[in-house]
Amino acid sequence: MTSPPFSESAPYGGLPDATGHFGPYGGRYVAETLMPAILELDEAYRRIAPDTDFQQELARLLAAYVGRPTPLFHAERLSRHLGGAAVFLKREDLAHTGAHKINNTIGQGLLARRMGKRKLIAETGAGQHGVATATTAALFGMECRIFMGVEDIRRQAPNVQRMRLLGAEVVPVASGTATLKDAMNEAMRYWVEAVSDTFYVIGSVAGPHPYPMMVRDFQQVIGQEVKRQMAAAAGRLPDCLAACVGGGSNAMGLFYPFLEERTVELVGVEAAGHGIPTGRHAAALGAGSVGVLHGSKSYLLQDPGGQIREAHSISAGLDYPGVGPEHAWLKDSGRARYEAVDDAAALAAFRLLCRLEGIIPALESAHALAWVIQAAPRRSPGEIIVVNLSGRGDKDLGIVVPRIQPEGKEHP
Amino acid sequence: MNRIPRTFADLAARKEKALIGFITAGDPDRTISLAAIQAMCRAGLDLLELGVPFSDPTADGPAIQRSSARALAAGMDLRRAIEMAASIRGCTEIPLVLFSYYNPILAYGAEAFYRHAVAAGADGVLVVDLPPEESAELTSRWPGKALSLIRLTAPTTPPARLEAIAASASGFIYHVSKLGVTGSEGVSVAEVEQKVRELRRVTRLPVCVGFGISTPAQVAAFSTVCDGVVVGSAFERLIEENLGRAELPRILAERVAALKAATRGGKGNAAP
Repeated sequence: MTSPPFSESAPYGGLPDATGHFGPYGGRYVAETLMPAILELDEAYRRIAPDTDFQQELARLLAAYVGRPTPLFHAERLSRHLGGAAVFLKREDLAHTGAHKINNTIGQGLLARRMGKRKLIAETGAGQHGVATATTAALFGMECRIFMGVEDIRRQAPNVQRMRLLGAEVVPVASGTATLKDAMNEAMRYWVEAVSDTFYVIGSVAGPHPYPMMVRDFQQVIGQEVKRQMAAAAGRLPDCLAACVGGGSNAMGLFYPFLEERTVELVGVEAAGHGIPTGRHAAALGAGSVGVLHGSKSYLLQDPGGQIREAHSISAGLDYPGVGPEHAWLKDSGRARYEAVDDAAALAAFRLLCRLEGIIPALESAHALAWVIQAAPRRSPGEIIVVNLSGRGDKDLGIVVPRIQPEGKEHP
Repeated sequence: MNRIPRTFADLAARKEKALIGFITAGDPDRTISLAAIQAMCRAGLDLLELGVPFSDPTADGPAIQRSSARALAAGMDLRRAIEMAASIRGCTEIPLVLFSYYNPILAYGAEAFYRHAVAAGADGVLVVDLPPEESAELTSRWPGKALSLIRLTAPTTPPARLEAIAASASGFIYHVSKLGVTGSEGVSVAEVEQKVRELRRVTRLPVCVGFGISTPAQVAAFSTVCDGVVVGSAFERLIEENLGRAELPRILAERVAALKAATRGGKGNAAP
């Protein structure tokens, strides 16, 4: 049985507070037109999520439909190749729809149903959250509309086709940079108008309160399983957890159950794109500054005048100029640290995992792997690093294949 | 006396309602924008909302999104918008309200923003995405009370919340006519009238209505139920349709005159 995602007695300071703040971060920075909806959602979540029937229904779907628990796999060939710490992969890529995103969409979908909302909307970058939301809408017999930047529609075409097959309407967003942030802008605009019968399923630990808390709660099943699986496999806690961070949902889901386990090192890996010094990256925590975007205060990529700067990453899911507010808090408090790896390192990690373990990782997850590839050789064989393999990479073949030289000459 | 209450008192004495114009600062560039705004002020605008362009205007519809993008491309930002406010103040005594998303103000610094805005002759500020729950971090750093903080209310705002918002508001209340983004269509006078009646019970501040109001007929209709009407996207569309034409200031001024005439129907002002 999956553990409840809702924890009244949350660890690490019991954050967020009642108004959705993680220290100075988070909050609810939205127009008054959205405030009543945000307050209604907060009230509904606090009332419905702890309910036993809700928890049982969620646990049943996570097991029977999503396929949880996902395996924790000891990547022995990769570990041997790196010659240091033992590397374990948390196989979120094996969850239904191929990424961790569905843990959250099933949770929010159930909540939407309890609230009497008949329509789901969502923003998506790589398309994984869009696919997961479309899947949830199909499962629950709801209407679904997915907002996606035209740039992302182009580079993640297979996921667009999947969403349409699942019955969702994919709304192209051409404004701004035509990527994830603009899709989120457009979803917020649409939601304002449709708020009476429509539930906005945010896919990351971003947005106005209660979203960062709620998405984290629905994703923390990842870390809870890792804790149990690691105990069974090694009889102890891991030494280090690594996960990629765009908005930061898979990282929060992995980290959260370990926040009070101070011996466990937490490492979030951002996208350095073409490299931090080039300015063409998506490392909000590593190279950004504090600001307000999409309803919460956190680190952002912005110019000195407070205009949001364009993010750059080969991975559409990390191509976002902000980051969830709880990550900002974990960074400032020192509980987690944040590294960045560039496009080239992520591509090399992608390729290495394919060859050594027979697993095609999502480009997002390949960023976390790339950091582990750098870090593991410097650590002793007794150490254990768990990497969140947050998604599978089939969606990325169109990006990856033209960029990597074939190694063997067997297919000239 | 701050220009905002004085303006509403004068209008009430003349049995007129306020015509409030929203214009993005620097659209399509600083020079044209300044000429256009000055022409609009001379043509009878009662209060100017000077929009600070933002890269991610989540509460705005396509017309203001595009106007923000044009202004940003031409180099406008909060600092230059405040400078523009000072230039506008040089030729008009109508109240000026800076209209911004929060992040540019946060980046500017709350105290510097206050000092520079007041020095430029601004009378108020409306921060779209800063609800009362979060606004203390801005206003607590203000070293004076010369700047009104204009609050938004929405069709979905419940009565208790209306009361709380009104209690922390100053200048006037900006009631959003319908759920949606700026420039969306299908506003109902009857629904707005009901909400304005609720607001009258909790505040003596003037109540103005905006979002989706573009024609003289709409201005006349809403003028019967509130103290002022905001027109924004309609002006931005006019700018867009007349990009590159020297007549732009005159075209905007004519529209202002037509809309202003529609505010002179005369009933239902707030208590003076």
